[in-house]
Amino acid sequence: MRTVAVVGASLAGLYAARALRAQGYDGRLVIIGDEIHRPYDRPPLSKEFLTGAMAEDQLALSDAEEESELDAEWLLGVRAQGLDTRGRTIRLDSGRTVSADGVVIATGATPRRLPGTTGTAGSAHLRGVHTLRTLDDARALRAELTTGQPVQVVVVGGGFIGSEVASSCVALGHHVTVVEAAPLPLLPQLGDAMATICAALHADHGVELVTGTGVTALRGTDTVTGVLLDDGRLLPADVVVVGIGAVPGTRWLKGSALALRDGVLCDDGGVTTLPQVVAVGDVARVGSSRAEHWTNATEQPAAAVRNLLAGRTVETARPLPYFWSDQYGVRIQFAGRRLPCCTVRITEGSTDERSFLAVYEREGVTVGTLALNRPRPFMRLRRELARGCRTPAAAAAAAAAAAAAAAV
Amino acid sequence: MIPVCHLDDLPEGESVRVPTEPPIAVFRTEEALYAIDDTCSHQDASLSEGWLEGCLVECPLHAAMFDLRTGQPTCLPARRPVRTHRVSVDDSGFVHVEVAAGAAGAAGTAAAVAAARAVGEGVSA
Repeated sequence: MRTVAVVGASLAGLYAARALRAQGYDGRLVIIGDEIHRPYDRPPLSKEFLTGAMAEDQLALSDAEEESELDAEWLLGVRAQGLDTRGRTIRLDSGRTVSADGVVIATGATPRRLPGTTGTAGSAHLRGVHTLRTLDDARALRAELTTGQPVQVVVVGGGFIGSEVASSCVALGHHVTVVEAAPLPLLPQLGDAMATICAALHADHGVELVTGTGVTALRGTDTVTGVLLDDGRLLPADVVVVGIGAVPGTRWLKGSALALRDGVLCDDGGVTTLPQVVAVGDVARVGSSRAEHWTNATEQPAAAVRNLLAGRTVETARPLPYFWSDQYGVRIQFAGRRLPCCTVRITEGSTDERSFLAVYEREGVTVGTLALNRPRPFMRLRRELARGCRTPAAAAAAAAAAAAAAAV
Repeated sequence: MIPVCHLDDLPEGESVRVPTEPPIAVFRTEEALYAIDDTCSHQDASLSEGWLEGCLVECPLHAAMFDLRTGQPTCLPARRPVRTHRVSVDDSGFVHVEVAAGAAGAAGTAAAVAAARAVGEGVSA
């Protein structure tokens, strides 16, 4: 393989580039990113960066030394617009094309916008309405939140991004309302009992959580002035943050030979329908699921790159799902897979203290865990779960390696 | 010198967080006592709550690993070292930490390791 192109210059793309070099690939490496920025870490954008506790230079995911070791050609501020049917030529919006004999797709996801909302000037053009995904998004939002004047903030969507933004806004002294269309935020992920406890964190800090109602329209002419809810209520707003999920960045792949369905379809090793094209991170639908988790984006690339270099799937990676969130001074951590039939119980701590460890069980087997401010026991359990979730292929490979080592 | 706890209250494989500014984590491994800055150099997480394996500690948030002897990260996502501090145990068995001056990776690391080793040997003897 003489040229590998990594499309996407965020966490998964950078980890793929690192994995390529770590695995001995010494050919040409081209990294294409639609933002002008070098890779940076996104999780702080809704937390420490928004409150001002963390500066921009602390977000960098690599440094000059590492970048020189990567020996990559960086094409930044350039958007990929197409991949030919052989998966060998990437068309860029600059008019240029990049030819490669291996492609890593790491184009992430973009925030979902409010569907069907209409303002007098159209919600898309109203000042004060934000989504939060990129550094530029965070800069724009931070500028409106740090003028020194308390403002009315309405957060649409009570998931992790929405809840973290609400928490950061409270820390900055603003009045905050969170609107969630579902009966409770995080209901599918955590189940009723635990979602109820996490939702209570908002009230603990004076944030009103409005559930079970969607948004009909945003009000305002140039700048947003209010959010009209399905139930007829009008919430006054100076700033609106929309955090209602993200859609995978696959639009540029229409017309390619890749199978797309809520992401780029791949096998458990990240290999797409073309063996010289792999996908990693938020954009990859690995096996039958797509995860938008930080850890996932760091753990998938090693296997995907190994398979890319081998020309076939020799390694699989289905990392144990893990996500965390910091809200109102509470660290929430979740690992595993919760199924609707799971039962949940608290094994230490108490919900009143907002410090506990809970386990999700199915037929007596622990399949997931949730912790609020209990990092140590959580970590132990997470490691146990990760050991148990080895894929058959990985377990077989480990057994073979152990046998080989024993034979030596 | 900052008093930490009695050695009896810090069993092997355990750690304790010292609420200095910035906080320090003291670990007792099979071999010795080690002290490093408690806050992961990647993002805000307490290494005293991490996973101890030999002379390495894994951050409880993103699984960055640090070598307790040197403070150097051994894997991503951490790229910057944490400071190491000298640990000692007095005649009564009380553990103390001498906070290192300056930035991570500065001199004094070897001395801290030696002191911690000596303590470890003393303890097991």
